[in-house]
Amino acid sequence: MMEVLTNLFWILIFPGFVFTLAVGLLASWLVRKVSALVQYRVGPPVYQPAVDVMKLMGKEILIPEEAHRAVFVAAPLVGLSGVLLLAAMLWLAGAGVAFVGDVIVAIYLMVLPSLALILGSSSSGSPHASVGAAREMKLVMGYELPLILAFIVAVVKTAGVLEPAEQLSLVAIAQHTPVASISGALAFIVALLCVQAKLGFVPFDIAESETEVASGVMIEYSGALLAVWKLMQTLMLVALPLFLVVVFLGGVGTSGWALGGGIGKYVIVLVLVILIKNTNPRVRIDQAMRFFWCYCGPLLVAAVILAMLGNYYGLTWL
Amino acid sequence: MNWKLWSLKKSVWVFHVNTGACNNCDIEIVNLLTPKFDVERFGIKLVGSPRHADALLVTGVGTRQAALRLQEVYRQTSKPCVVFCMGACACGTGIFEGAYHVAGPVDKIVKEVDPNAIVAYVPGCPPKPEAMISGVVKALAAI
Repeated sequence: MMEVLTNLFWILIFPGFVFTLAVGLLASWLVRKVSALVQYRVGPPVYQPAVDVMKLMGKEILIPEEAHRAVFVAAPLVGLSGVLLLAAMLWLAGAGVAFVGDVIVAIYLMVLPSLALILGSSSSGSPHASVGAAREMKLVMGYELPLILAFIVAVVKTAGVLEPAEQLSLVAIAQHTPVASISGALAFIVALLCVQAKLGFVPFDIAESETEVASGVMIEYSGALLAVWKLMQTLMLVALPLFLVVVFLGGVGTSGWALGGGIGKYVIVLVLVILIKNTNPRVRIDQAMRFFWCYCGPLLVAAVILAMLGNYYGLTWL
Repeated sequence: MNWKLWSLKKSVWVFHVNTGACNNCDIEIVNLLTPKFDVERFGIKLVGSPRHADALLVTGVGTRQAALRLQEVYRQTSKPCVVFCMGACACGTGIFEGAYHVAGPVDKIVKEVDPNAIVAYVPGCPPKPEAMISGVVKALAAI
């Protein structure tokens, strides 16, 4: 009984939903504020993302006549719960609390929001949304390959140090910093770009592009359902950079300097993402696919081979 | 003041509808987002879909072709929402009064769909960005 309660507390309050939400709202304010500063604007006040969600909660929910109602309503909730689980898992793993799941679980949970977006938008019956869904689908196929290769690099880097059975565990990986090597650095850069695409940020916001397909995947959502999508994106803004920190940069730590350093790493990754967002134009879907498959893919295959060679000859910097 | 109204005033997402404007008002509206005026300070944001919008910024006289589309866009907007008539044309058809292609001022077209629609007017040809901000502030204070 106690264990169930503790688990619920972990998932719902700290470090799960409530805590991640607070961090996420702060992070999405940071995105808008830093973007504003880059453009010499003042930017919104710190409570703006929270007020946006509050306002959407109070608005009317419109469901199109042609929409498949059940899927249309369920999709945002599926996406939100996926990210929620991922975030709870990552905080615990980053802090090294216990075995909470391995990299493979995390990869599955990370695909869930995109799948939910595709489901929700294709059930809405709008042509703009179906264009958005098609683009999102292609984008997922594009970035999943390099992302998984990047994680393979991180896992390979831990070989020899860890028991083979532990190599996939997030807690174990969080003890290492693969980024301090050539192959790890390559993997980190590519994973950062994949995270950019997962977040739907500018060079890869093809599915959501406001100017061409009028918010694409989310076009038909309004009111509380849109608020759930916004919450999902907010949580992703916490979970995905945190995942990079756990896998590549050595985790967050539980107390003192380690915790402060962990938060610092998270903020650095976030600001990198924001700067990439603000200094690049949107690419077309075919350019994005070519970028991920033809450039990032082979680069990371080379990184995997480098990491294996490094292990074989005992060169940790390779 | 209840939380719904308070948060609505603090975060107005606008959708821009052109119903046959000469593009002058549209340029001035886009001006609002530039560093000089930066309405994102007040939580005002331009969105791509009327379903996300809290306010419709309507420019132009409302031509016969555009009137039906404007009504459809108004129906698609999730309520509560405010309609802003931006510029002399949208407020009262301006120099096009009585012309063959005009279906009426914007407020008349919108009120055919919803007689209780909240409509605010910002006159000018085109209204200055300062005038638009002032109009939005006055309209939100009056709600």
